[in-house]
Amino acid sequence: MARSKNQPTTSRALVRRETISGYLFMLPSLIFFVGFVIIPMILCIYTSFFDANLTANGEDVFIGFANYVELFNDEIFRKALLNTFIIVVVSVPVTCVFSLWVSSVIYKLRGPLLSLFRCIFYLPVVTGSVAVTVVWKWIYNYRTGVLNDVLTNLGIIDSNVNWLGDSSTALACIIVILLTTSVGQPIVLYVSALGNVDVSLTEAAQVDGATDLQVFWKIKWPQMMPTTLYILVITTINSFQCFALIQLLTSGGPTNSTNTVMYYIYYTAFKLYRLGYGNAMGVVLAIFIALLSALQFKLTEEK
Amino acid sequence: MNSSVKSKHPSAYRIVSLIVLIIFAILFLFPLYWIITGAFKPTTDIYSTDTVWWPTEWVTTNFEKLFSSRTAPLFTIGDFEGPTVPAAIRWLVNSVFMSVMAMLLTCVTASMAGYAIAKKRFIGRGAVFTLIVCAMALPKQVILIPLIREISAMGLYNSLWAVILPTVGWPFGVFLMKQFCEGVPGEMLEAARIDGAGEAQTFVQIVMPLIKPGIGALAIFTFINSWNDYFTQLIMLTSSANYTISVGIATLQGESSTDFGILMAGAALAAVPIITVFLIFQKYFTQGITMGAVKG
Amino acid sequence: MKKILALVLAMLMALSLVACGSSSDDTATDDTSDSTTTEEASGTDEEEAEVEAEADAEADAEVEETDSTEVADSITLWTYPIGGWGTEETVNALIEGFTAETGISVTVEYLDYTNGDEKVNTALAAGEGPDLIMEGPERLVADWGASGYMVDISDLLDDTDIAEINAAALDACYGEDGAVYEYPLVMTAHCMAINKTVFEAAGAMQYLDEETHLWNSSEDFFAAVQAVYEYTGATVGAIYCGGQGGDQGTRALVNNLYGGTFASEDHTSYTWNSEENIQALEALVACEGIEFDASIVGGDEIAQFYQGTLNMAFCWNIAQQLDPNTAGTGSGLTLSGDEILFMAFPTEDGSDPELCGGIWGFGIFNNGDDAKIAAAKLFIQYMCDSEATADAVTAANYFAVRDTVVDGTVDISDIWADNEIMNEYNILMQYLGDYYQVTTNWTAARYQWWNMLQVIGAGGDVTEAVETYATNADNGISE
Repeated sequence: MARSKNQPTTSRALVRRETISGYLFMLPSLIFFVGFVIIPMILCIYTSFFDANLTANGEDVFIGFANYVELFNDEIFRKALLNTFIIVVVSVPVTCVFSLWVSSVIYKLRGPLLSLFRCIFYLPVVTGSVAVTVVWKWIYNYRTGVLNDVLTNLGIIDSNVNWLGDSSTALACIIVILLTTSVGQPIVLYVSALGNVDVSLTEAAQVDGATDLQVFWKIKWPQMMPTTLYILVITTINSFQCFALIQLLTSGGPTNSTNTVMYYIYYTAFKLYRLGYGNAMGVVLAIFIALLSALQFKLTEEK
Repeated sequence: MNSSVKSKHPSAYRIVSLIVLIIFAILFLFPLYWIITGAFKPTTDIYSTDTVWWPTEWVTTNFEKLFSSRTAPLFTIGDFEGPTVPAAIRWLVNSVFMSVMAMLLTCVTASMAGYAIAKKRFIGRGAVFTLIVCAMALPKQVILIPLIREISAMGLYNSLWAVILPTVGWPFGVFLMKQFCEGVPGEMLEAARIDGAGEAQTFVQIVMPLIKPGIGALAIFTFINSWNDYFTQLIMLTSSANYTISVGIATLQGESSTDFGILMAGAALAAVPIITVFLIFQKYFTQGITMGAVKG
Repeated sequence: MKKILALVLAMLMALSLVACGSSSDDTATDDTSDSTTTEEASGTDEEEAEVEAEADAEADAEVEETDSTEVADSITLWTYPIGGWGTEETVNALIEGFTAETGISVTVEYLDYTNGDEKVNTALAAGEGPDLIMEGPERLVADWGASGYMVDISDLLDDTDIAEINAAALDACYGEDGAVYEYPLVMTAHCMAINKTVFEAAGAMQYLDEETHLWNSSEDFFAAVQAVYEYTGATVGAIYCGGQGGDQGTRALVNNLYGGTFASEDHTSYTWNSEENIQALEALVACEGIEFDASIVGGDEIAQFYQGTLNMAFCWNIAQQLDPNTAGTGSGLTLSGDEILFMAFPTEDGSDPELCGGIWGFGIFNNGDDAKIAAAKLFIQYMCDSEATADAVTAANYFAVRDTVVDGTVDISDIWADNEIMNEYNILMQYLGDYYQVTTNWTAARYQWWNMLQVIGAGGDVTEAVETYATNADNGISE
């Protein structure tokens, strides 16, 4: 529909006018975007080709692709990349499915109840990551934590589990916290989306004898596609941004089982001062993310 | 519509899912419950090995400690300083200022840019949009060090602007507003043009009212994100008078022991304003954001 | 035309918002054009505009070395929470004295151990570091000194000072290049602690000497752990390795058990892959009452010890003994009122433990401003070598590095005279061992250590793990 206004005789003058006004509207945003995202990104790429340090000593030496070569031989980086990938691949679909389920249960509730539930699921988002993390650390506590307490009393586990101290459970624990802090917004979105589904269509389908499941997949789901796309994007961003959790809970351990690229970059640059190497990781991560976003857009658009 | 749909549902499924839902709701409520009760617990409760679900005695010592540990002027404008208050209050003021400024700037710039990308067929539009989509998920740590140097060269290091400006630069808002602006009917824009309205006039009088819910959604989203962006605040702000509440609370920890009481009191203090914002704007937020997303 | 004009106006409005904003902070700069404004005062406050005052009559007579240089009238100090040096009230009182005497105002910012290092590092990267910093040689010398950020302050030390200051403490303040990067103020020995009440009940007190605070032998240490373990049925002590915090405790335990060392004497390589250390680690792995725990760090261990969940703490020193908790339940007591006994780390024959030292003092960052450096030097002299030193030391809750100050004229040896716990703790100070925290690649080595403990705790082969990680530390590798 947007294209209609440009249909007749797209003269060069019109294109020029559109371009000028387009950029003028873009300008304020572009100043910030270029200044605080693009320029640092270019500097980051530039530095990744140097043996650059965060120290006052010595000059940075140009070393070509040496940082990148080192990177692909770095076991920890591979592990961190894998962990990052696991976090995204697990948390994104689970967030979507869980929030869709919650929304489908609550969207038909009466007003105040709906508000209440919506608000409850949104609380972890607004409580602040530092505070939430402190509480979770206490929940997971090996010796006195409430999780071990409850599970032992229920007879589910025999002896206390060191949730964050065991490499087989630590990453799952992190993902659980991440999930609680990311379903809030998708739920809000899905509730509204479900409420906005064209009722005449669903009713017609039901008259034709369609099951609830069919109604959902054939009628509601396609209408919620744009919402889903949006949710996919914000959840993916959220998963990549998962940093405070790891810094405050595990420092990437035990035995790197919760190390992510984000944390590893932070460690390399701020603890070891290896700026060039850290930036090389950043570039690889950025490419990884760009590919993933492109893939997401492709997939959802095809549907 | 509710009745017709509801009657079709098998009630057993409804009941089971409601029960499961309530269990989840309790789990989600738990951290906040723990923070608020923790803030009023005496230290013996906090350190007790047996879980103390309800404070044995409600005390305000944690808040007293929080308020007495550091002081700062209430505000600083140029050379003029406000009255000296507990630093935690100043940190709250800073957090609010930071989040509100980031919110305003983002809303203005992003809605203009989103409109341009959605409605203007300008040269390079595709390239700009691709760049925005790619940069959207970029973690901040990646560009942090060049960013610090840049901010420092601008003389803004250790000021709230060092946190605000990069937040505004983050292109997510543009993406969001583009989604909303695509819902604006082209016919209306065409009609405005025929009536002789200028570009700016069209934007302010036609587009803005139509995407108002979207702007509301973006405002809340930016406010909360900026409030919670602990890492950037931590790195960019170095002096106590410039701290935000989340950074400030983190500095109150001791050499090797963490005072959970203070931490909980601080967390409660930090959570209250933002939860209030959410509660007040909840309706606006939930309505607004879907319109854009659904129609986009 | 009109439309474009309107647009430009709209844009200007948006921009002016930004401009307004930045001008409310003093450093008015236009958007991008100038990129060389770093000469600005490193600090933070508006008043800190660079007014350089001469060292005038107000300045103290002590200014021997610096009286010809200009002295800045304001400086910034960043301090870690070293006893009372992390408390605004205490620090303000000390600073007031300094300002009254010299006319130099000091802006203080408080760092924490969770994020302090990152904060300093990024500030340095931005060229916005403080003038003065308070911490220990492991950061001031091995980290920022070695990275070229610090000023050589050897001119503050005359022969009397060198003679007065504890030799080991002073030695740690020298960088590899022979420059002095820290002026030491206080020191302590890190030790461990046991829950005496529980030990008594478990009949484990026979394995140690309460008077000398020494274990009879390594064997007896393990026997005591076993006794308490059988009595309580729960883990007695934890080898915490969830991160860097409090790692000196686990290092000291492993090194002392069978006489191993952490680094070579000349502080150039890491020696924790020695047989003695492997033996110690294997013994700890085999010990039922001791558990490797990758979910906690030193601070958490102290909290659990204080709660009574653990009955042994490896992350301990006089500061904890004086005030073990934030509840203020009194010195040397756990939450339930159990008595805490501080102990040296166990050694094979029960004698001469090598305790890891903690040294804290001041260093000066080179911000390229001689006036600031001169003022910072005055500050150091005031805190570390003047009448005020006694207060500066007591504020830190640790021992002074020297008995007398101001060329031997002021005696500060008796500042803790009426503090019983301090006096008792003094018995451990004779065991202060090599301050190896300044060995080459220290930051990387620290990281390697706790990661190695995690691998061992997860059941990895001790010999192999120790070899791999010690080699990594030597190479300064991040893996």
